[in-house]
Formats: sequence, structure tokens, C-alpha cells
Amino acid sequence: MATPKRPLSPFMIGPYYRPQITSMMSIAHRGTGVLIALGAFGLAWWLLAASLGGEAYAAFLACASSPLGKGALFLVSAALVYHFLNGIRHLLWDAGWGFELPKVYASGYTVLVLAVLLTAGLWWLALGGAA
Amino acid sequence: MSELRNPLARAKGLGAAKDGVNHWWAQRVSAIALALLAPWFAVFAAGLIGADGETVRAAIARPWCASLLAAFVVALFWHARLGLQVVVEDYIHGWMELVLQLLIKFACALGAIVSLLAIGRIAFTA
Repeated sequence: MATPKRPLSPFMIGPYYRPQITSMMSIAHRGTGVLIALGAFGLAWWLLAASLGGEAYAAFLACASSPLGKGALFLVSAALVYHFLNGIRHLLWDAGWGFELPKVYASGYTVLVLAVLLTAGLWWLALGGAA
Repeated sequence: MSELRNPLARAKGLGAAKDGVNHWWAQRVSAIALALLAPWFAVFAAGLIGADGETVRAAIARPWCASLLAAFVVALFWHARLGLQVVVEDYIHGWMELVLQLLIKFACALGAIVSLLAIGRIAFTA
């Protein structure tokens, strides 16, 4: 069977589909999911290094506190907050709530605003704001 | 036209892959577990930013922390495995798909095992 070179999702967004908050948040859910999955191996490394202590933990700390490490940590934390909030939105849809278009948009913007606020709050906590 | 599917197959509802809604359901179950555990983990980890090894080990060794952390990594790697599987199914085809699917399963299993053993080593030697 001849397979025509049809464009496939998610590469439809842009040249064929106007970017909309619905599609962009959907693909962002996947993107953040992949990012967190990579971060999960960072968590495994942290736990392994902590269990070994000494040089292993010093090596981990050196990597985590480098500019690249700090950037990665911030990205994964922001991804985790977004995926957590948008995941609750998905679970509510699964339960049958909020599928009307106005509600989809309202919950979408709510997730975006809360993601920014919670990520900021988390880092305020991490950097000793509460102390 | 009458139903072509065998009535027994329809009643079992397992479909061609024979696992029915298992994947979909497991992804939701692990999602709910993570929705409960992730806020705790985020606050726990945020409190340990910049801490030295001794402080981190002492924090992880506390019984409730070790238990919740173990639950979190199991749910996390389980959910990651299920999610990455779907992403690869959707976008990658041919032999690369098979290689990545196996790699994802093995890497997530190993990640969970490494994490659990590390938590255990910290908790039992504290």
C-alpha cells in the first residue's frame, strides 16, 4: 500500500493548525511529562549519592549546584508543577467534569496562572524564604 | 448486519492486545497516587536544597519520610514508564520503537530499584 506523506500530529500545529491554548497545553503536558521522567533519574541519582555519602554526594552536589544543574532543577520543578496541575485537569475530564469549551479554557488559564505562582512559591520555600 | 465479533470477546472487553483498559487505568491510578504524593515530595525536597549529605540522610531516614519517598519513586517510575510508552507509540515507528520501548521499561525498572535500595540503605543504617 502506498503511504502518502501526510503530516502527523503534533507537527500539524503551526503550518496546518492555528496554535490554540487547548492543543498547546496538551502537547506541553507530554513535553513536561518526558522532562519529569528524565528528572526522575536525577532523583534516583540524588538518592544513590546520598546513600553512598562522601565523595559520591560531593560529586552530585557539584553537578546540581553548577549553572547547568540549577537550570535543569528549575526546569524540572516548573514542569512538575505544570504537569501536576494539568494532570488534575485531565483527571477531572476523565471523571466527566469540565468538558464544555468555556470551562476547558477557564481551567487552562487557571492551570497556567497557578503553575507560575506555585513554582515561584516552591523556590521561595527552597531558597529559605520561610526561614 | 449482525455483530461479527465473538460475543465472548465482547463480554471480556480485552480487545486485540488482550489487556483491555489496563494501561489506561494504571496510568490514572498512578496519577492519583502522584497527585497525593508529589506536593509532599516538592516541599520535602525544597527543604533540602543546599543541604549537606548528613542532613539529607537524616531527613530521608525518618520512617514516614522513607516510606512516603519509597511510595513516591515507585509511583513516579511506574507512571513515567506508562507515559513514555505512549509517547513512543505515537511518534516513533519501526525498529527504533522496539528498542526505545524496551529501553524505557528497563531504565524505569532500574531507576525504581536503585531508588528503593538507596532509601533502604539510608533508612536501615541511620
